[in-house]
Amino acid sequence: MRAAIVTFPGINRERDMAIALETSSGHAPRMVWHTETDLSGLDLVVLPGGFSYGDYLRCGAMAAQSPVMGAVRDFAARGGYVLGVCNGFQILTEAGLLPGALLRNASLRFIAADCHLRVERADTAFASRYQRHAVFRAPMAHGDGNYVADEATLDRLEGEGLVGFRYATPLGAVTAEANRNGSARSIAGIYSPNLRVLGLMPHPEDLVNPLIGGTDGKPLFDALAGNLAA
Amino acid sequence: MKAIVTVMFKDGVLDPQGKAIAHALSGLGFAGVADVRAGKVIELDLAETDPARVRAAAEDMARKLLANPVIERFDVAVEGA
Repeated sequence: MRAAIVTFPGINRERDMAIALETSSGHAPRMVWHTETDLSGLDLVVLPGGFSYGDYLRCGAMAAQSPVMGAVRDFAARGGYVLGVCNGFQILTEAGLLPGALLRNASLRFIAADCHLRVERADTAFASRYQRHAVFRAPMAHGDGNYVADEATLDRLEGEGLVGFRYATPLGAVTAEANRNGSARSIAGIYSPNLRVLGLMPHPEDLVNPLIGGTDGKPLFDALAGNLAA
Repeated sequence: MKAIVTVMFKDGVLDPQGKAIAHALSGLGFAGVADVRAGKVIELDLAETDPARVRAAAEDMARKLLANPVIERFDVAVEGA
């Protein structure tokens, strides 16, 4: 798998992401600066977490206008795989690559805590190493993770099976208590219609090694490495 | 010429900051605050001097960057117009 991580000023999760990708694929990802526009020869482009451009105006709004995002748009249009985590998810919505938006957490508090995610479908390049409706633990660290979209968009996402992950209890119940940021329909992650662009709010890349608390997130990167092997 | 772009959450979009401000106002003893919505004001100083063109430019900027049409609406006021 040939992967690249796009770095913007203010991003801070790119090294965690690089470790996760290298752990699963055996290859260090290319680091692409936000002013670059060459994404040739890649299978996967990752937009990592952090606070691009200081979250000025809206989270991800500035990054969505940067030169590299034109290339990411073309890459996705050619059928390339794109993963956006946390700020990366916000950037994907601001860039129009995924529908909806991420608002301030309903509690108004920054949430730094583990959550549990229920896998809504496992027949994708990202989730194939999980079972459908499996639950895994993932750290979340965000102030603006409250997913919103209009009802028609939410119904379309559900109808077309594009909801990838939902906040759930450790036993897999989708409840209001487990949905700590207040996301519409407990949505934590969504796919593009071709299932090749995934935006996800929590951080699976931060649980890929027993030394840092677990490997719950590793199957996602194992799946990508296996499914996107050249 | 200056244009003032006001960006507010659309009706129906949860505005937790507005709710928190309303809560704080009632805590300060201000009675009868039915609702509070919080938004942004962006002041643009443009080289253009024709009010109609200033408005059109500011609206274009709002659509493309200053507001997110998924969750926000905007209003443009042109100085002196």
